[in-house]
Amino acid sequence: MFLELYDPLKDNMIQIMNPEGEIVKPEWMPELSDEDILQMYQTMVYGRIIDQKVLQFQRQGRILTYAPNLGQEAAQVGSAFAMDPNDWVASAFRELGVWLHRKAPLYNILLYWYGNETGMKMPESVRILPVSVPIASQLQHATGLAYAARYKGENSVAIGYVGDGGTSQGDFHEALNFAGVADLPNVFIVQNNQFAISTRRAVQTKVKNIAQKALAYGIPGIQVDGNDIFAMYAVTKEAIERARNGGGPTLIEAYTYRLGAHTTADDPTVYRDEEEVKAWEKKDPIDRLYKYLINKNLWDEEKDKAYRQERETYVKDEFKKVENSPEVTLEEVFDYIYKERTPLLQEEYETIKRRNEEVK
Amino acid sequence: MILSLIEAITHALDFEMGRDDTIVVYGEDVGFEGGVFRATKGLQAKYGPERCFDSILAESSIVGSGIGMAINGLKPVVEIQFSGFMFPGFNQIVTHAARMRNRSRGLYTVPMVIRMPYGGGVRALEHHSESLEVLFAHTAGLKVVIPSTPYDAKGLLLAAIRDPDPVIFLEPKRIYRAFKQEVPEDDYIIPIGKAKILKQGNDMTVVSWGALVRDTQKAIDKLEGEGYSVEHIDLRTISPIDKETIINSVQKTGRFVVVHEAAKSFGPGAELMSIVNEGAFLHLEAPPTRVAPPDIIVPLPKGEHHYLPSVDHIYLELKKVLTF
Repeated sequence: MFLELYDPLKDNMIQIMNPEGEIVKPEWMPELSDEDILQMYQTMVYGRIIDQKVLQFQRQGRILTYAPNLGQEAAQVGSAFAMDPNDWVASAFRELGVWLHRKAPLYNILLYWYGNETGMKMPESVRILPVSVPIASQLQHATGLAYAARYKGENSVAIGYVGDGGTSQGDFHEALNFAGVADLPNVFIVQNNQFAISTRRAVQTKVKNIAQKALAYGIPGIQVDGNDIFAMYAVTKEAIERARNGGGPTLIEAYTYRLGAHTTADDPTVYRDEEEVKAWEKKDPIDRLYKYLINKNLWDEEKDKAYRQERETYVKDEFKKVENSPEVTLEEVFDYIYKERTPLLQEEYETIKRRNEEVK
Repeated sequence: MILSLIEAITHALDFEMGRDDTIVVYGEDVGFEGGVFRATKGLQAKYGPERCFDSILAESSIVGSGIGMAINGLKPVVEIQFSGFMFPGFNQIVTHAARMRNRSRGLYTVPMVIRMPYGGGVRALEHHSESLEVLFAHTAGLKVVIPSTPYDAKGLLLAAIRDPDPVIFLEPKRIYRAFKQEVPEDDYIIPIGKAKILKQGNDMTVVSWGALVRDTQKAIDKLEGEGYSVEHIDLRTISPIDKETIINSVQKTGRFVVVHEAAKSFGPGAELMSIVNEGAFLHLEAPPTRVAPPDIIVPLPKGEHHYLPSVDHIYLELKKVLTF
């Protein structure tokens, strides 16, 4: 429906719920149970709390660099909600809501950001490739995951995430081009949060909206209000089902805003003013769904407080576990370079071990 | 079967695709045409366009999509048309293929083979003659293999395809069709990480690989005619390197020369000389020596003879070390 309806050249974003939490397009409202909607809300809040706690830990010097998700929760949770458990995800590094919805243990997520690769050894059922730092490179993996899924008759779709800056990379172009020409079961989601660190979206590309880029690959492109979780869910659902049924890939632009810093190493006050941020805070995806839930009598202030408190305690407890996690051993850093240690690595392992003993 | 090196590669791909239907083969012009060197000739007709296909003209996509396929249970054997064109795919090779196992602590792995014709002496255009083995060998998580005969090409390629980690398979295109050899139809592998002593000798150890094995052997034959006894080793695997075979040999002979086609400085010969230095220093009777091209850009065909070591140059340097 959306994909036929939407014309990226007309530059009119899909929205179902406005910033006041009102359903402005009831005919587009996806079928979701009250429990689903509550779960969406709670996952977004949970993600926000993780961000806030980790930023605290970072200021306390207890964790190193972290990339927060503040403001992008609906783009992440809404799209993740549209996936089947056997769908694949090739993520970048700002998709916390996707990880949470796919039941990635918080301990693992925090352990990774704490500086330990073992965190990325997720339960197999999570089906998200480990954090990919080189921008847009993971979209190429999404095409391969999709190719293999189709080859094996797996009926799963591979969803690739990238940011607005990432659309400038050659890998973005190559991945969409290959997925298009091979009709791969892919969905590409651009979290357009308006910034590549400090560089604005307008400096990145001359097109009016990023969804238009899809036209060059012969695939549908659609711009969605990324702070509207219902629109994100509904459009992603349609794109995923289309891909699953052999219809080929879709490009979704989730129009959103990074309320926080790029990472803890970044100071956004250098490149944007307070007013701009405040204007976007009024469109906050979590506040929006909260208003909806209150209007529908599905939630109240007390429940909200209790839920937030419970999650805060949980995050604190999990982080304490991470702080008490076993130290990275010398064996660990040697044992995953190849399936088996090569004679050379064995020799180098013994050298480091000997030196460690000799300097004791 | 009597096969050339390129025919042995085609045969090995066919052999392995026949016994393992998770193998997919693709690259630029690889499907319908069978590749610009015809390494994949007939495979699309035999196995269908899902298992052997023309990729888009984009090396990063070739490698990057292969990583996704490998993670999701396939065994991609991809072709980069010439190793000099691998740079757009180099990012995917180094930042992902080599690291996925470590990054996920073994949850996701990339058992894929990246084939690339490499090396000079074919009178080609720019970017068609490079020897870039050290760029891969310097990257943790990759294995780097170079066959020098049709027999080895089959055995090493089968080993590479069955390897649980990413393997860079460099093919010396100058000798693709230079000679033929008996290649068994049966299954056999040549283990990755093992050099081959081509000829035993007592006076000097010479290590070479790829297309230069034959040129080096010609120089050695001349020296043997003069009464010298030279041990010739085909390295076959650049990484992980077979230190043991080299050190044992130099401990016996006391002299060491490495002959290679990559530019000299920071090249593979430097690593081999370090191995000799660390493992056979007190056995040396002459300075370990490299016969390698100068640190220049590989010239176009009219100037290429200034780059590649000739049989005469190799002979000259080997004799110097023998008579030191």
